[in-house]
Amino acid sequence: MNETAVSLLKLPRSSFGETSRRDAWWVKPLAVLIGLSAFIVYSTWAAFQGEHYHFGNYLSPFYSPELWGESHHAWLGGPRPAWWPGWLLFSPALLILWAPAGFRLTCYYYRGAYYKAFWADPPSCAVGEPRSGYRGERSFPLIFQNVHRYFLYLALAFLVVLSIDAWNALWFEDGLGGEAFGIGVGTLVLTANVILLGGYTLGCHSFRHLIGGRLTRISSRPLQYKCYTGCSALNRRHQLWAWMSLFWVGFTDVYVRLCSMGVWTDWRIL
Amino acid sequence: MAATTIAANASQGSRRTSFEVWRGDAGGGAFRTYEAEILEGMVVLDALHQIQKEQAPDLAVRWNCKAGKCGSCSAEVNGRPRLTCMTRMSDLPDDQPVRVEPMRTFPLIRDLVTDVSWNFEVKKKVRPFRARPPDADDGTWRMDQRDVDRVMEFRKCIECFLCQDVCHVLREHHYHDSFVGPRFLIYAAALEMHPLDTEDRREDLRRDYGIGYCNITKCCTDVCPEHITITDNGIIPLKERVVDHAYDPLGKLVQIVLRRGKKE
Repeated sequence: MNETAVSLLKLPRSSFGETSRRDAWWVKPLAVLIGLSAFIVYSTWAAFQGEHYHFGNYLSPFYSPELWGESHHAWLGGPRPAWWPGWLLFSPALLILWAPAGFRLTCYYYRGAYYKAFWADPPSCAVGEPRSGYRGERSFPLIFQNVHRYFLYLALAFLVVLSIDAWNALWFEDGLGGEAFGIGVGTLVLTANVILLGGYTLGCHSFRHLIGGRLTRISSRPLQYKCYTGCSALNRRHQLWAWMSLFWVGFTDVYVRLCSMGVWTDWRIL
Repeated sequence: MAATTIAANASQGSRRTSFEVWRGDAGGGAFRTYEAEILEGMVVLDALHQIQKEQAPDLAVRWNCKAGKCGSCSAEVNGRPRLTCMTRMSDLPDDQPVRVEPMRTFPLIRDLVTDVSWNFEVKKKVRPFRARPPDADDGTWRMDQRDVDRVMEFRKCIECFLCQDVCHVLREHHYHDSFVGPRFLIYAAALEMHPLDTEDRREDLRRDYGIGYCNITKCCTDVCPEHITITDNGIIPLKERVVDHAYDPLGKLVQIVLRRGKKE
């Protein structure tokens, strides 16, 4: 063992929260803790409701695609699949919500944010940690974060489905058994949801890699280079897209739910 | 506290500011308080030089260019890893003493000077550049500027080792023997993404460089004085390449099918 190796063993270890930082380093992780916790609590509650998730041509993104369900949006009829155990609570959201949840859980941005906010690993940069042991993402269980690109494939499919929902939100019952073009506030809410989720999903680090980042000589493929450049532009604001889309997908559910409950009125613009 | 730490002298545009400077060596030490006359435009290194000149001639401070390009004067100012020559006094809160201490991730030699030689040993571990055969008969290569641009960002690194200092895997967990740190992941990225390089470092990254220890807290990006987007442009793309190599069975299957399809 050389001299440097010996002296590395003598390096000081900080105690939990120990730091010389003078700024309010705890504000950001606390804001993440509150923001993510609030979303998890609300989305879990909303997913288990199984009602008030559709209003006319609007469908809550927490329930889309609705595979089995009570509304006319259901792909395979309803109200529940035949194989679903009778004693088990059913909600259409339970069948699909794991996919976008997995996408966000394994997202590179969220990982860094919730390791700090929920696990204090570290609590913030240059701040002492509560535990001396550390395994990182190198071994079980966090090595499974590497499945992120598989959740990306599902998220891209969800983006298509939610785009169809936004399209359907343009067509209202005309009272004669047909449909007529129109724009309600809900149409704008559902459309904004797709745009924000698109900005988040298409700026994903895995997508950036798969679309062209994996190539060393990307200039040899002009189309991929353009896609890579566009994805990189979104990726530079990935954190912002992540939070805006998270907030808006929750708000979209709130909007559809309150319209369905008769609390809010969906004003027609056109 | 403001009254004890600062005596403003508005007529001359200067103020006296307190500094808590770490004094000691590997055997131990403590913060000692000094005062310096701060003039407009001064940086922390200027104040340290003033203290060294007037009050503590034996204060050990490593520095060289005083222009943010040599990476010598790395230290921790108010708990944040910074180049002292690029940290303006006017950017620091003036209602409390300025605390200056050595980088925590490396062995202390004396006062503000640490032994960063471990980094140079680690650099030797990274598989070196291996160019493809020349493109032209005169032994030269052709590169597209768009491909070069991507790695140029990484080559701005001045090896100040602030990213190594702030990385909690090294700073708190002392995994110096199994993790190369953000500086050398960026170094590997510069080689791995180089348009002429033919070496494959993905297994090295996974097994020897310990890229899996990085949990993407982006502290390295925050402290980089060259504003290199270390995490998003360097480490995460390398993590994705490691996924290609070791954790994506579906991707491997698609590659095999595509390769077979091309042969047929």
